[in-house]
Amino acid sequence: MRKQTWVCAHKAKGEWTDLTDSSRMLSSATCPDPAPGLAEPLLQVAGVVVRFGGIVALGGVSFDVGAGQICGLIGPNGSGKTTLFNCISGIYRPGRGEVRLEGRSLQAVSRHRIVDLGIGRTFQNVALFRSMSVRENMLAGAHHLGHTGFVANALRLPAVRREARSAQGRLDQLLDLLRLREVADTPVGSLPFGTQKRVEMARALIGQPKLLLLDEPAGGLNHSEVDELEGLMRRIRAEFDLSILLVEHHMNLVMRVSDKVVALELGMKIADGTPDQVQNDPQVIRAYLGEPVAAQPAQAAHV
Amino acid sequence: MRILLPLASVLLVIAAAALAFVASDYRLFQLTMVVVYAVAILGLALVTGFNGQISLGHGAFYAVGAYVTAILMSLYDVPYWATLPVSAVVCAVIGFLIGLPALRLGGLYLALTTFALAVATPQLLKYKLFEGWTGGVQGLTLDKPDPPFGLQINADQWLYLFTLGVGVVLFILAGNLVRGRIGLAMRAIRDHPLAAEATGIDVALFKTRTFAVSAMFTGIAGSLGAIAVGFVAPDSFTVLLSITLFVGLVVGGVASIAGPVFGGVFIAFLPNVAEEISKAAPGAVYGVVLIAFMYLLPSGVAGGLGRLLRRAA
Ligand SMILES: Nc1ncnc2c1ncn2[C@@H]1O[C@H](COP(=O)(O)OP(=O)(O)OP(=O)(O)O)[C@@H](O)[C@H]1O
Ligand SMILES: [Mg+2]
Repeated sequence: MRKQTWVCAHKAKGEWTDLTDSSRMLSSATCPDPAPGLAEPLLQVAGVVVRFGGIVALGGVSFDVGAGQICGLIGPNGSGKTTLFNCISGIYRPGRGEVRLEGRSLQAVSRHRIVDLGIGRTFQNVALFRSMSVRENMLAGAHHLGHTGFVANALRLPAVRREARSAQGRLDQLLDLLRLREVADTPVGSLPFGTQKRVEMARALIGQPKLLLLDEPAGGLNHSEVDELEGLMRRIRAEFDLSILLVEHHMNLVMRVSDKVVALELGMKIADGTPDQVQNDPQVIRAYLGEPVAAQPAQAAHV
Repeated sequence: MRILLPLASVLLVIAAAALAFVASDYRLFQLTMVVVYAVAILGLALVTGFNGQISLGHGAFYAVGAYVTAILMSLYDVPYWATLPVSAVVCAVIGFLIGLPALRLGGLYLALTTFALAVATPQLLKYKLFEGWTGGVQGLTLDKPDPPFGLQINADQWLYLFTLGVGVVLFILAGNLVRGRIGLAMRAIRDHPLAAEATGIDVALFKTRTFAVSAMFTGIAGSLGAIAVGFVAPDSFTVLLSITLFVGLVVGGVASIAGPVFGGVFIAFLPNVAEEISKAAPGAVYGVVLIAFMYLLPSGVAGGLGRLLRRAA
């Protein structure tokens, strides 16, 4: 298990900006591709193909995400972003191609093991444990860090208490970081959508991921909340030393926060580079400004 | 709240034990059956209430537990208390095995399959080939255990205290189980299996193990019930038993540890109460009371009480 520092969120605000900015400069220096000679990228998506019956949801997509990077993944509705997330988190198996984390193929890894390898995610439509409180949802996210079984728990052996205590520390830190302390004991089903999205993020973060997949975290947020989200992502990246793959329709946010951006259209990668490069890419502009060719009925999201 | 709940539970257990010295022998038998049903419903609550796998066939596990105890006691002269661990293991293994195909059957299909199991149980118990053990249609008769250590109480008092003691231990174990890591995983699977997998919970493993633990609890209840009644026969374990346990679960409150206690009281006493209200149509009274309960307390007695306590706090 990877050691991770869980710095407490007591630092002054200025220090945070410093920290985030310097790490941002560092990673943008190695952007878009890690310098040669460096260790292999954290995540490699290599020629991934996914078909649903006749529909080709992903038609051979390849790109990398380096350690410590925030990588934006954009594309019109139905372009395959969520499908790609589902491949990375083991929910779908690519028909061809593969996904690798730290060089290791995820092809044969069962779904519940993905998080052990260091991938945490949120869902486009929020997939929380509705009847459980915020705290319980987060503790469920720490499940894979524990090892005690049925017998130890029924007898409440010391190991069980130890595990509970160690999860408690991370829980406290995240309750503050994601401003969830007030609602810690509220059933998540009764919380506003924006708060639920933060709970999902907290549930993923408590599992100590190396790579965090965020599927439209800004969906349903207002202007100031989007700004806050931007700061939050930077802070999470710096504090927990992780990479973020961000699916988002909010272009301003993606372009501001990402070190690198990948654009999909109809299951194909149409651009990959710095935010500036992608923003000015003629194909991307065409896809977004809605030439009739690219027009796609908005698809209801899956999973 | 943190201290209040354990304190209230301790007081309740002491009060329940004290009843052994005031209640009549017949009442004591009824109270023994309350504990037995409460434990049986507790088993069902683990798999259905906490884990979301609907079982309409838990009477089958109850029957297996009852028969394991009866066979060991009457054919092999095993002391009554020593039959409980055997019955626990046998029922856990059977529960695990039934949990395996249950993985492929979601929701209503699982309900129907377990229901079929309950329907088949009495017939299997009557089956000629097993008659040497099961006693066929006649069933098996058991001796009432004597109080140990020269205790100056009668057999009914002892039986009640013994059953209560075992019940309390089982409730404590179940309470520990559901409030920690395991309980969170069980409930996470119920609420959102896909998200549970994405947070690292091995859904298949947890579902089958929960089924095993659930069958074990209900099976031990069956053993305790057989000792209390002193008799087992196929027709005591019809599909009606499974349905009654399910009724007790819903009335008590599905995802709660206290709920099964209320459920046990309900299913042990309501038939008598209904009989007293109307000799002609006790079934109708039962039905009306049940509907009234569901209307007034949609989340069961435990759910309703919980809401009341929170409002008071
Ligand atoms: N389970 C599925 N069964 C059938 N088709 C699917 C399934 N999941 C996705 N698709 C199809 O695959 C394509 C890509 O869908 P996907 O959800 O990945 O798009 P997206 O980029 O996430 O879109 P959005 O921005 O609307 O969330 C769409 O045409 C969609 O209809
Ligand atoms: Mg999507």
